[in-house]
Amino acid sequence: MNDTVIPLAYLFAAACFILALKWLSHPTTARRGVRVGEIGMAVAILSTLFKFEIVEYQWIAVALVLGAILGIPLGLVPMTAVPQRTALSHAFGALAAGVVGTAEYYLRKPDLDATTMIALGLEVVLGFLTFTGSLIAAGKLQGIVRDRPWIYRGQNIVNLAVFASALTMVGLLVADPGRAVLFPIIIAVSLVFGFMLVIRIGGADMPTVISLLNSYAGLSASMMGFVLDNRLLIIAGALDGSSGFVLSIIMCRAMNRSFTNVLFGGFGAEETVGAIEQRPVRTVDPEETAFLLDMARTVVIIPGYGMAAAQAQHKVRELTDALLRRGVDVKFAIHPVAGRMPGHMNVLLAEANVPYDLLYDLESINPELPQTDVVLVVGANDVVNPAARTDQHSPIYGMPILDADQAASVIVVKRSMRSGFAGVDNELFYLDKTQMLFGDAKAVIGQVVDELSKLPAKEVAGR
Amino acid sequence: MTKTLEISLFIFVLASFLGYTVITRVPGLLHTPLMSLTNALSAISIVGSLLLAGGGESTMATVLGSIAVFASFTNIVSGFLLTDRMLGMFKRREAPSRKAPTPEVGP
Repeated sequence: MNDTVIPLAYLFAAACFILALKWLSHPTTARRGVRVGEIGMAVAILSTLFKFEIVEYQWIAVALVLGAILGIPLGLVPMTAVPQRTALSHAFGALAAGVVGTAEYYLRKPDLDATTMIALGLEVVLGFLTFTGSLIAAGKLQGIVRDRPWIYRGQNIVNLAVFASALTMVGLLVADPGRAVLFPIIIAVSLVFGFMLVIRIGGADMPTVISLLNSYAGLSASMMGFVLDNRLLIIAGALDGSSGFVLSIIMCRAMNRSFTNVLFGGFGAEETVGAIEQRPVRTVDPEETAFLLDMARTVVIIPGYGMAAAQAQHKVRELTDALLRRGVDVKFAIHPVAGRMPGHMNVLLAEANVPYDLLYDLESINPELPQTDVVLVVGANDVVNPAARTDQHSPIYGMPILDADQAASVIVVKRSMRSGFAGVDNELFYLDKTQMLFGDAKAVIGQVVDELSKLPAKEVAGR
Repeated sequence: MTKTLEISLFIFVLASFLGYTVITRVPGLLHTPLMSLTNALSAISIVGSLLLAGGGESTMATVLGSIAVFASFTNIVSGFLLTDRMLGMFKRREAPSRKAPTPEVGP
């Protein structure tokens, strides 16, 4: 029975996983996707526990209890901490693959055939490099590790040499799996490589790096499937790997960068070149902002990570509600790299109860911006910098941006004139149609909401 | 090449293409839940870890297997919990009427 039921249970789980991802294509069916994924997972785990090979349960029980104890708080983190949590979960997934590969090697090393050894080698190298790489990424996102990339001369050559040496040693093991002395060295080198790969990457590239690490963790799990001859693992790992890969491509396109450029470029490494020249900007106060927004027919809000850093998303939602009540058409324009991981800004706004039908992505909102009365930029900078379209010498040239400068007028909520991640000055701030609303985003948006409530009620069509 | 490996490679390549196709249809709106869900799903590697942790083959296998079970189960619990929490936050403006219009979410 064991031989028929368990493979069928695994097949069922694989189907559940594919269905889960399919249902994630729409917000109305997405939660059903989570359910079906949970069912598949439960069926796979329970049927595995009935396998004859499992003879003792005490350590499994301890590990499951500890996993649940750590997993529950990690599942309840605030939305601002989701990128760190995600990086940490890539580290855990990769660690699992790495240690399983290690155990399999020592249990089976005399009779490992070449193909299994290749899969095992890749599993272990990818697993351990993703483990340290993801820990560093999590540390950077949490602010424990310095956010600016750490760069020295010849770094790329050193990194490539380290990686090549790990692969060479795997090659030697494929030729003769008995060379057990190499195995711990491969682990050590992979751990070091993961550290070196991510330590050199700056905050702006985090969405891409998280996606890439996602892809590696998935591939590593898939390789584990080859080693253990378990097709469910191969499928789940391949789904995870391709998901990370697709997201990496989307992130790279959104920043007009290539993979090599992200991994070997050191974007945002230099501190801003020279002092930013003091140029006059027009400023505006909350009272006038409230008036301008109230007069507008259409308002598009462009949030950036600065909004989340200032915890201003709830005030922004209050502003949205107030404007909608007063008959103003409000939309949000979300750049793909707004936030610190793919889709992060949408989640931050959803948490603040902003309805998702107000959220528009770059392709759908840009054609509307020329007809927009007021664009309100909250804590975003590089993603609205017109230099990406016009200045060939700018480091962000060619990056798709939200065309805020096409709107009739622009209000920028900003703490100071400091530059964004890319360390470049933003021409948008100096335009005649632009007014700067300086201050802490949470405080000033709150003041705008107060000012709006003082304005006389107006006739709203259709109410 | 053995028959098993051949089948496994077929499955790997086809699953990768399937993943690519299914995932490109997930809107940018849901990319964060997507990542946390695929993360939870790839923690299915727990099935391999369970066999190691409970196989009683050697102390090393038990220890490493238990570490892997712990790490994977952490991802399973936190991944599903977090994904469901996030998706629960996505709400539409108006209560879904008789004929809910499709939201304007891009690719």
